[in-house]
Amino acid sequence: MSTTTATEKTSRIERAGRLQSRLSDPGYRWLLLVVAGVFGALLLAILIALVLQARPALVHDGLGLITSTRWDPVHAHYGALSMVVGTLITTAIALVLAVPLGLGTAVALATYVPRRLRTPLSVLVELLAAVPSVVFGLWGLLVVAPWFAGSLEPWLKSAFGFLGIFNGTPIGIGVLLAGVILAIMILPTMAAISRDVIIAIPRDQREGASALGATSWQVVSGVVLPSARSGILGAGVLAAGRAMGETIAVTMVIGNTDSIPHSLLGQGQTMASLIANEFTEATEPFHLSSLIAVGLLLLVISALVNGGARLMVRSIARSAPGVGVL
Amino acid sequence: MSSPSLDPGGGRDFEGSFGASDPILSRRAEVQRTAASQLVRRKVTSRVAVFLCRASLVAALVPLVAVLAYTIRRGVSAWSVAFFTHLPTPAGIAGGGVSNAIIGTLIIDFFAALMAVPLGVGVGLFLSQSNGKVAYVLRFGADVLAGIPSIVIGIFAYAVLVVTLKHFSAIAGSFGLAVIMLPTVTRASEVAIRGVPRDVTEAGLALGGHRAHVARRVVLPAALPGVLTGVLLGIARAAGETAPLLFTAIGSQFTSYNVLHPMAAMPLIVYFDGIQAYPDLQKAAWGTALALIVIVFVLSVGGRVLSSRVRRSVG
Repeated sequence: MSTTTATEKTSRIERAGRLQSRLSDPGYRWLLLVVAGVFGALLLAILIALVLQARPALVHDGLGLITSTRWDPVHAHYGALSMVVGTLITTAIALVLAVPLGLGTAVALATYVPRRLRTPLSVLVELLAAVPSVVFGLWGLLVVAPWFAGSLEPWLKSAFGFLGIFNGTPIGIGVLLAGVILAIMILPTMAAISRDVIIAIPRDQREGASALGATSWQVVSGVVLPSARSGILGAGVLAAGRAMGETIAVTMVIGNTDSIPHSLLGQGQTMASLIANEFTEATEPFHLSSLIAVGLLLLVISALVNGGARLMVRSIARSAPGVGVL
Repeated sequence: MSSPSLDPGGGRDFEGSFGASDPILSRRAEVQRTAASQLVRRKVTSRVAVFLCRASLVAALVPLVAVLAYTIRRGVSAWSVAFFTHLPTPAGIAGGGVSNAIIGTLIIDFFAALMAVPLGVGVGLFLSQSNGKVAYVLRFGADVLAGIPSIVIGIFAYAVLVVTLKHFSAIAGSFGLAVIMLPTVTRASEVAIRGVPRDVTEAGLALGGHRAHVARRVVLPAALPGVLTGVLLGIARAAGETAPLLFTAIGSQFTSYNVLHPMAAMPLIVYFDGIQAYPDLQKAAWGTALALIVIVFVLSVGGRVLSSRVRRSVG
C-alpha cells in the first residue's frame, strides 16, 4: 500500500515537474530571446529612424550634401562640406596632441611609475574621463579662450606666423581651441585603453628583454610597443571616434561659423556642433531633414570607426583582466 | 678543473691556448666592445624616454586637474541655500537658483534608468548564456552603440518621441539617455553574470530549479554587485550628457513634474547659461557644473568601490 502511494506521489511530482519545465524553460528562453530581439530592433531602429527623417534631404540634395560648402538655410542650400572639413581639422588637432601624450601616460602608468602610485593615478585618469563634456565646454569658453586670445595665439602668430596656419585675429574661440579641448577630453580614453593593452602583455616577455640587458626604454620600444601595436591603434581610432562625435564642448568653443576655417585661429563648425546649433531653430522641413542627414553621416562614420577599433582592441586584449574601460 | 670547458673562469686560458683566431671568441670580444661603447648612449636614451613618459603623464593630468580645480573654485562660490532651493531669476536679479534643473535631472535620469536597466540586464543575461552568432552580433552592436555620438542619439529620440508626440518632452530626453546607458549596463551585466561560478548555477538546477527560477533567485543575486556597478556607471555617463536633451527635454524656466512636458535639466543650465555674457548666469553655470561633477563622481566612485569589493571577495 505504502509503496503504491509513494510511487503515485513520485509520478505526480514528476508529471508536475515535467509540465512546469515544459512551461517555464522554453518560456524563459523565449523571454530572453524577446529581450535580445528588442535590443537588436532598437539598434536597427536608430539607423532606420535617421534614414527616414533624412530621406527628403538625401533625395533633394544627394551628394551635394557633402560636396558643397554652401550652407545657407535662408536660400535652402544645404552643403555640409565645411562641417566635414571642420570635423576633420579639429579631430586631427586632437589626435596630434592626445595620441603621443596618451601613449606616454599609458606607458608611465603601466611601467614607469612607482607601484604604490599606479592604482590611484589610473583611477584618477579614469575618473577624469567621466567629467561631463559640458563642463569642459564651460571651462574652455570662460577660462581657456581668454588665455588663448591674450597669450598663446599672439605668441603662435609671431613665432610660427610664417607657416600660414596661424593667420587671422586671435580671439580665443575657434578651431584651434576646439581641437585642444577635444585633445584634453580624449586623453583619458587614449591613456586608459592603451594602459590596459600594455598591462595585458605577458610579464615574461618584458622580463626576458630585461634579462638580456635591455634598458627600461628598450624593453618598452622593443617589446611592449610592438606587441601592443594593434591595441594602441585601436585606442587611437576609438579616441578619434570620440573626438569626431563630441558635441557640446565643441559647440561652445568653436565659434559656429558655417564656412571652411581660413586658419587654425579661425572659427568653424563641426558636423555635431552644426546639429546642436541649428536643430531647434530649423523651421523649414528641408533644413531639419538636412541636419538629420548630417547626423546620419556622423552615425555611419562613427559606427564604422568604432566597429573597426573594437575589433582591433578586442583581438589583442581578449584575455586581459581589467579591460573594463570600454 | 677536470673539464675546463664548463669552467666559467677558464675562458681566458681557452683563448690563450687556441689563439685569437677562434671566430667565436673574436666575435664575443667585438660584441663586448660595441656593447661597452653603446652603453652610455643606451642609458641616456632610456633616461630621456622615461622622463618624457613621466612628463606626459604630468602634462595629461595638469589640464584635467585644472578643470576640476577651477570648477570647484568657481562653483563653491556660486553655491548657497537659495541656489539649491530657488527657481532661476532673470540676469541681474540676485537670489536665483537651479532647483527646477536639479529636480528635472533627477526625474529624467530616473525614467532613463527605469527604461535601460531591465532591458540592459535582460540582454546581459542573454549574452552571458549564449555564445552563438546572435549573441556575437548583439555584443558587437552594444560596443558600437557605446561609440555613437550622443547628438545622434538625441536625433533618434527626437524622431521616435518628439515627432510622434508632436511636442518636446522630458520622457523623450529620458529615452535618449536610456539608449546611452544601455551599452554600459548590458556589458557590465554580462561580465558580472559570467563571473558567477558555474557550480552555483548547476547546484540550483540540480535541486530541480527551473532556468528562470535559478536565474532570478540564484544567478542574479550573486551577480548583483557587478550589475549595480554597471547601472551606476551607466547613470553617471548619462547624467552628464547634454546633447540628447537639447531637442527633447529642451529646458524650462519652471519646476515641472510632468514628463510629457519640457523640463529643466542641469547640463542644459550649464550650456545655456554658460554661453551668456551675464556674470550671474555664468555663476549659475559654474555652480551647476560643480553639482553635476559631484553627482557623476559619487556615482562612478560608488560603482568602482562596489566592483572592487566584489573582485576582492571572489579572488
